[in-house]
Amino acid sequence: MMGQRSVLGLFTDEDAAADALDIVAGAGFAQDEYEILTGTPYPEGTFGESEPVHKLYRFPLIGAACGFIVGLLLTTGTQLAFPLVTGGKPLLSIPPMAIIMYEGTMLGAILFTVFGIIFESRLPRLFMGAYDTRITEGYIGLAITTTPEKIGNAEETLKKAGAEEVKRGWETE
Amino acid sequence: MQEHVQLDQKQINKELLNGVLEMPKWWPGALIIALLIFITGMGAFGYMLNKGVGVTGLNRPVYWGFFMVNFVFWIGISHAGIMISAILRLSQAEWRRPITRAAEVLTVFSLMAALMAAPLVHVGRPWRADLWVFPYDFARGIWINIRSPFIWDPSAVMTYLTASALFVLVALIPDLAIIRDRSKGFTRIAYSFMCLGWRGTPRQWKLQAVAGILLSALVLPVFVSVHSIVSWDFAVQIGPEAWHSTIFAPYFIIGAIHSGVSAVATVMVLMVWLWGWKNYITPDHLDSIGRLLIVVATTWFFFFFLEWIFALYSLEDPELAMRDLQVFQWPWSGFFVLFLLTAFFIPVPMWLFKNVRRSLFWMFVSTILVNIGMWLERFLIIIPGTMRRGHMIFDWGSYHPSIIEILMVGMTFAWVVIGMLLFSKVFPLIPLFDIKEGMVGRDEIKVGRKVVPASIRE
Repeated sequence: MMGQRSVLGLFTDEDAAADALDIVAGAGFAQDEYEILTGTPYPEGTFGESEPVHKLYRFPLIGAACGFIVGLLLTTGTQLAFPLVTGGKPLLSIPPMAIIMYEGTMLGAILFTVFGIIFESRLPRLFMGAYDTRITEGYIGLAITTTPEKIGNAEETLKKAGAEEVKRGWETE
Repeated sequence: MQEHVQLDQKQINKELLNGVLEMPKWWPGALIIALLIFITGMGAFGYMLNKGVGVTGLNRPVYWGFFMVNFVFWIGISHAGIMISAILRLSQAEWRRPITRAAEVLTVFSLMAALMAAPLVHVGRPWRADLWVFPYDFARGIWINIRSPFIWDPSAVMTYLTASALFVLVALIPDLAIIRDRSKGFTRIAYSFMCLGWRGTPRQWKLQAVAGILLSALVLPVFVSVHSIVSWDFAVQIGPEAWHSTIFAPYFIIGAIHSGVSAVATVMVLMVWLWGWKNYITPDHLDSIGRLLIVVATTWFFFFFLEWIFALYSLEDPELAMRDLQVFQWPWSGFFVLFLLTAFFIPVPMWLFKNVRRSLFWMFVSTILVNIGMWLERFLIIIPGTMRRGHMIFDWGSYHPSIIEILMVGMTFAWVVIGMLLFSKVFPLIPLFDIKEGMVGRDEIKVGRKVVPASIRE
């Protein structure tokens, strides 16, 4: 978002924020230019926003496959590297290998899931853009991030939409 | 849930961050006491390192004493945290909201205590404990022996610890943003860094919701594997024959759940008493966990009964010798009676009464009793088990814990207290965003002439 400017409108209730979202969309701003900010999770679509699309479910599958392969290599590799025949049984002992491979699979799945959550949440975010600490006190924010030419229009639109307060992001101050 | 306390977000922030943004009066004193106990235990540990494990009561034939009892005990406590959190999240139980984080944090510090109790102190030379797990001595070509349960154990426990810690951290991010917004100066910079620039967009909230479910589903199988593997430390080893039981894995898991859920209930009561969060942890919450405890305790007792049936039905000498020790030989018989009373026969009848389940004091007493009983249960499996009163009477021996071991057991308890206290000073013990979500989705509906609380769920 280099070179972009942001502006935030604060609303006190859900209906006003939902109406404002319609007004902002009607004013010609693209879907990726505005977003709702809340301090609490609301049911999806509360403000009429589009449903977020993510690919998080792929991460644990990839992680599980990686973890399984590492577990398999570790268990077979160590037994083959130090071939200790016990009681004339096969060198590769499947039951204990299965335990380590299981733990490796689960660990891989969990690590990749956490990585996926952070990645898909678009975190870490170095520059906050327009934000207000009252959002975590119950206010609902409607942030518009757009080009410097359109930022004045965005501010006006938020005011018209009934925002209790409109403030610009740090990059415009 | 018949109680309904509607709170606004500002009030929730103020009340639930009272432990983070302010210093509770009792907090420094509690920390100092815990630190003193911990340091004393560390001193005992240092003495043991200097003199050797001969300063403990461990001697032939009992080589697993208080350290291993404590290890199994803390692994058990660690289980409920994630279990409660994961199962209640997956089943969308509303009463989970105020207790999930404390339960998860209890898991993390209990697991660390378990690692401290066994691998770090029990092996005599703890700096070589890592050599079980990681390949070493390349010159001689020796590699870890993956056929040993002592390889399975660290791999399972470390997986569980990593998963639990990440589970806690992921769910902390939105709350860290709340603290960021309430703090100034360096504190603000630190929390800004930790919350990764969280803003609370619908996408981020959606990912949080999915993460809760996904990680719960992934952690549950790990939780089951960990205590199964701990039980196999006993069941698959050559030594004490009375431990060769196929029921050990499920029996240990349900025992862990019994002690762990009780510990979570104890923590819930302490959270009300110490932080004053009575608007969040209500008698209804205690009632719910009390009902759950009745089910868990009864299931555990069923497995305990089965374990005895399996043992006696075989009529094998080692089994009979261990049961004889447990039930008829003093002082083990005294411990056995105490164990049965505290783990089942006193608390479960108490929980059948609604007034007890809704009482902070009685829930505290009954759940503490359960954990005394469950500690004794592990003691009675390990000590009479390793005593192995078989035909070789020259090899008979008993176990008397030394003061060094007692101090080191105290050290692990102090460690968990220190961990919980420090955590509560830096992070909120009740997930604020979860409570707020519950408030947003809460309503009242009229049924006939009665107005009752209802929850709106996606």
